[in-house]
Amino acid sequence: MIVKRLRCAAIALALVALFLVPLWVQNPYYVNIASQILFWAVAALALNILAGYAGLVSLGHAGLFGVAGYTAGLMLAAGHGHLIAIVAGLGASVLTAAVFAVLALRSTGIGFLMITLALGQILWGIAYRWADLTHGDNGVNLSNRPAPFGISLAAPASFYYVTLVVFLLAVLSMMVFVRSPFGASVRGTRDQPRRMNALGYNVWLIRFLAFLLSGFWAGVAGLLFVYYNQFISPQIVALQTSAEMLLMVISGGTATLFGPIAGAAIVVIMKNVVSAYVVRWNLVLGVIFVAIISFMPEGLVPGSVRLWRLAFGRRKPTKPPPSHRGGEHKPEERTS
Amino acid sequence: MSALVVKSLCKSFGGLRVTGNVSLSVEPGERRLIIGPNGAGKTTLFNLITGELTPDSGRVELFGRNITRVASRRRAHLGMARTYQIITLFPRDTILRNVTLALLGLSPSRWNPIANLDHLHHLSDRAHQALERVGLAHIADRPLAETSYGERRRVEIAMALAQNPKVLLLDEPFAGLSIDERRDVHELLIAIPRDVTVVMIEHNMDVALEFAERITLLHFGEVIVEGTRTEVVNHPRTREVYLGD
Repeated sequence: MIVKRLRCAAIALALVALFLVPLWVQNPYYVNIASQILFWAVAALALNILAGYAGLVSLGHAGLFGVAGYTAGLMLAAGHGHLIAIVAGLGASVLTAAVFAVLALRSTGIGFLMITLALGQILWGIAYRWADLTHGDNGVNLSNRPAPFGISLAAPASFYYVTLVVFLLAVLSMMVFVRSPFGASVRGTRDQPRRMNALGYNVWLIRFLAFLLSGFWAGVAGLLFVYYNQFISPQIVALQTSAEMLLMVISGGTATLFGPIAGAAIVVIMKNVVSAYVVRWNLVLGVIFVAIISFMPEGLVPGSVRLWRLAFGRRKPTKPPPSHRGGEHKPEERTS
Repeated sequence: MSALVVKSLCKSFGGLRVTGNVSLSVEPGERRLIIGPNGAGKTTLFNLITGELTPDSGRVELFGRNITRVASRRRAHLGMARTYQIITLFPRDTILRNVTLALLGLSPSRWNPIANLDHLHHLSDRAHQALERVGLAHIADRPLAETSYGERRRVEIAMALAQNPKVLLLDEPFAGLSIDERRDVHELLIAIPRDVTVVMIEHNMDVALEFAERITLLHFGEVIVEGTRTEVVNHPRTREVYLGD
């Protein structure tokens, strides 16, 4: 009970803190970094559906992310409105995810990883070389951000709040997904696909739908990205971005709710803040990842929880005798 | 009408013929034991019956319906359940969640992305009932990782029973169990109601013989002897290839 209340209090506190960020850090530079953390966190949460819960590690998610951004950017450049551009962007990312899934779900493990990698690179190739469509290396510029209900999002703070709302929706949808029967089905296909099939589950279809859900949220993140930068270029569709997204998920903790968010925060802060002080910031990032993998192979969030329990569990003078009825034994599935 | 009919089933892996022209017919409510030396093709036969492997030729019928080309997962919906020789459970979940997943597999709710699985009481109540049948209800909330081998064997059986199958295929349910655990599982299998047809692979003759009514002896993928318990046990070929003298 106390743990539950503590958790509720912590979440409430985090929410208040997130809403106060623009007031607290007046500097627009840092507000923008906060926005970046949030939309990269959405991207990492999207990838976590596949890499974490479905056990299908994709290295092509920058493609899905980029397709949404490019589609929206090109629709706007062609003179369409923001609403149409956003819907088209999301549709394009889900559709691309469907194509990716049909091709990549012929296999799992390394095979799946290599197919998604190849498909992602095809999209990068299109963005880079099909200059008539994508303007090639010049990228696509957006003239303005949308102004929903007449509220301009041009200022860093107002854009931050929109990103925050979308981010919270993503977190909420992950929370609902994880504890839902469908979420349990997805995790089941990760742990025992053969048994799941024998129990009557359509393993392929479950993975396909998980891929679509992942593609949708990757598309949402891509749209936030393109509106944040008001620019998109082939660089963002490349393997480097896919690998960074995967690093966010793995370093934070796969198949956890808050792991990918923490991972996104680390990567974005390293790229933007540390790089201002350390020239070889990539080296710092690398050292941090090696440290995480060495000391917390399960990821930063579950690893910290484990160390916390180790440190504070010992201080309890007496432990109640182990009982065989529920309560004492918490399920192992990590929801932290 | 027979519960389960296998007609001239063949399967080869490359040049190795693992199932050669196997035919058998199991009546509703029957307890059938399949025995044979290691490598006789017993588990392969199960995999062909459940559809995890596709036969090269022959057919499988479930209550008169030809299911040879029916997808493996559909067979669960048609009333076929199995356990595995090598324990195949969900190690990160609790015992209760393992059984709930078995129930969810046959429920349309498995596609529900919004509901909270913990709040689907019609599933968890039935999972509890299944665990009561196998005597594990008192540790339902224990993570599977903290259970003993014997308990996991019983979870395997609970998952299959929870699905209320018409035909239950048990692949070595006594494998690796202590004498006490064997007795528990034996009592549990005897308690399975007669509307369930049971086909069992087992090496442990003292418990298996007591359970079975008819026995099929496989050797090099072929049916060597089939008949009632006494017929098969007393058959000279059984002594030759399986029981020894």
